[in-house]
Amino acid sequence: MATPTMEKTAAKTDVSPYITVTFRVRRFNPELSDEAQWQDFQIEIDPKERVLDGLHKIKWDVDGSLTFRRSCAHGICGSDAMRINGKNRLACKTLIKDINPEKPITVEPIKGMTVLKDLVVDMEPFFQAYRDVMPFLITSGNEPTRERLQSAEDRERFDDTTKCILCAACTSSCPVFWNDGQYFGPAAIVNAHRFIFDSRDEAAEQRLEILNDKDGVWRCRTTFNCTDACPRGIEVTKAIAEVKRALITRRY
Amino acid sequence: MSADLSKTAVGPVEGVSLYDVDNPAPLIDPPRKRTKRSPKSARGNFELAAWLFMRLSGVVLVVLVIGHLLIQLVLDGGVSKIGFAFVAGRWASPFWQVWDLLMLWLAMLHGANGLRTVINDYAERPSTRLWLKGLLYTATVFTILLGTLVIFTFDPNIR
Repeated sequence: MATPTMEKTAAKTDVSPYITVTFRVRRFNPELSDEAQWQDFQIEIDPKERVLDGLHKIKWDVDGSLTFRRSCAHGICGSDAMRINGKNRLACKTLIKDINPEKPITVEPIKGMTVLKDLVVDMEPFFQAYRDVMPFLITSGNEPTRERLQSAEDRERFDDTTKCILCAACTSSCPVFWNDGQYFGPAAIVNAHRFIFDSRDEAAEQRLEILNDKDGVWRCRTTFNCTDACPRGIEVTKAIAEVKRALITRRY
Repeated sequence: MSADLSKTAVGPVEGVSLYDVDNPAPLIDPPRKRTKRSPKSARGNFELAAWLFMRLSGVVLVVLVIGHLLIQLVLDGGVSKIGFAFVAGRWASPFWQVWDLLMLWLAMLHGANGLRTVINDYAERPSTRLWLKGLLYTATVFTILLGTLVIFTFDPNIR
């Protein structure tokens, strides 16, 4: 803070950037009660900080029992997807100033999955659907002695869906998934799309057959919740539509 | 803590939670969790065909229904002209018979398929789904058969 330029605005720097923000967190602890309840925390925070910083302040300084997942804290690992002010977002990519700190900021676990404690949910159904679409390169014949080459255009075809970080923000924003846990969910379809349209992969047919399931792509109701929720800006609904189109053009 | 503490006949000691570390509350499973009993997969092209049918029949129905409404309610004197004689005159022509038959079948199947997806999405218990779908399919088949019968056996000289 001791940079020379700051002296001119010395009066300004005296003003603390900190404001008081209320965090309204959905707490659930099966060792205390079978019901979740809201708990308010008042903390001092710089509005340029993120929701994750607020949760850290609560956990480190106020209530150490607050439980949530986070790993890299920079929007890459996809651990800290949660429902902030009613929308699925990554806590580490949501700035306090962007979500109206005047009002209490509600923080809930993502919907449609079993809450284990506070903001931690059981991700197993999500990863089960992910595993079901075989998210790995499948090829036949001899392995090449060097890289599998691909043109820039072929790479571009599925570029959007390679960005997925498996945070489950899309799947847990999908109303069909809330009502029916059997549905594969947007994230699994996005990761199937990533291989279906990869020119090096040879199992597109198998993956399409898996997604042709009763609970596959045809359960998508095109509500665009997933596209709105994706913290990576993947056009999820478009990817699902492309899989649908591939299935139709394959059949007829 | 727990709202149903007061409901139990012999309540636990006041201030003591029902649940503790060794005895945690049961977790609420997500709706229709995948279990051993849920079918492995239900593949086949039925859902694909149903999805495609919804799109195609929707496009055709826009033409059929808007045309139908215009003829019945707007053009040539509006709704006041409709009577037994008007319907009899229209159904004398095979063109209008085909029009109405097509509209009946497409609208009924389109609506029934839409309701089927709604039931699939929202009805949670298997027995509820079974009953709702049974009712839906019965009503659909009945309406389609009755309508088709009327269109083909319509007698303008009926007494």
